[in-house]
Amino acid sequence: MKKLFGHFIKGVGRENPTFGLVLGLCPTLAVSTSVANAIGMGCAATFVLICSNVMVSGLRSCIPDRIRLPMFIVIIATFVTMCELVLKAYFPALDKALGIFVPLIVVNCIILARAEAFACKHGVAASFFDGFGMGAGFTLGLSIIAIVREAAGAGSFFGARFPGRFEPALMMILAPGALLTLGLLIGAKQMIKGRRGR
Amino acid sequence: MDLARVLSIAISMVFVNNFILSKFLGLCPFLGVSKHTKSAVSMGLAVIFVMVCSALMTSLVYAYVLIPFHIEYLRTIAFILIIAGFVQFIEMFIRKNSPPLYRALGIYLPLITTNCAVLGVTILNANTFFASPGGLAAGIAYSVLQALFAGVGFMVALLLMSGIREQLELASVPRAMKGLPIAFVVASLMSLAFMAFSGFRF
Repeated sequence: MKKLFGHFIKGVGRENPTFGLVLGLCPTLAVSTSVANAIGMGCAATFVLICSNVMVSGLRSCIPDRIRLPMFIVIIATFVTMCELVLKAYFPALDKALGIFVPLIVVNCIILARAEAFACKHGVAASFFDGFGMGAGFTLGLSIIAIVREAAGAGSFFGARFPGRFEPALMMILAPGALLTLGLLIGAKQMIKGRRGR
Repeated sequence: MDLARVLSIAISMVFVNNFILSKFLGLCPFLGVSKHTKSAVSMGLAVIFVMVCSALMTSLVYAYVLIPFHIEYLRTIAFILIIAGFVQFIEMFIRKNSPPLYRALGIYLPLITTNCAVLGVTILNANTFFASPGGLAAGIAYSVLQALFAGVGFMVALLLMSGIREQLELASVPRAMKGLPIAFVVASLMSLAFMAFSGFRF
């Protein structure tokens, strides 16, 4: 049990997809305009990650090695399509906000990377926790960026406006703000790491 | 075909809605391959080629298979399979027929499969050109054009970035900001500059 929990913690902390491995950047930057969008995207990606990890690890003995990548992609694309249809049916507003990035979960490098590097070598339970941890780490990274951008760019948190006079900088919720925020956050992480190393 | 519409697609894809700098599609190769101008050119050409071909194939399949059978919701699976198969085929073809070209493009080709710009442009095509009832042939032609200009926009951004990063090697950057962080800040400034193009009105 402790080992399974370790797989979960690794995804949130040391191997965090956004800040540690720097994978899956396109959706990270594009949908982090508000905290609500970020959490919606995070949940969708987590669902796909868990399902594809479990499926790949369950089928790992019958997938021929040479055509494993196309198989992984088909498995992932199936779950993404399910996710897309559910979002369209029950959360039309979120679907509109995420737009083209819902089908693009297919090419999110994290999911294929976990299938290739973890799920096809480990058991079902371990893969489940690995997928869950990576998904949680992705959601966390996305939310941190979204909190900074929403606060600076729209002057609000989770849709609730800050009290008092505050002039938001529109740039932060547009494209340049996303790149700037991520650059500064990774820089801050490296600075903290460098301090600790000394 | 309508010349005004072609022109508006061109300007919109290359400048206003530049895939990297305003839509965030294809950031991984943008950061990974933009260290040297030479590899940026090879990568840009490879992306343009793959984008145009896969746009043609996916729009043909969308128009003549998925729409007639009313299975549009399968487009994500169909498109990614077409793109992955096509890239694999091209890789084998180039390796067999043109070893020098294979050495130049070799490592970049597999990377293109997971480049979200390629899948992104095909889905965008399916959303914009086939949503309203119109001629399927015109939809296919516009799809290919949109992919071509999106690829050109990708290459423009990649080339500019690689030029800046070659100069950046010589600049003194705070240690914590070295590498990726400063590249993101540079990209942010470039994106700010490209935002000026959104003042264009059609």
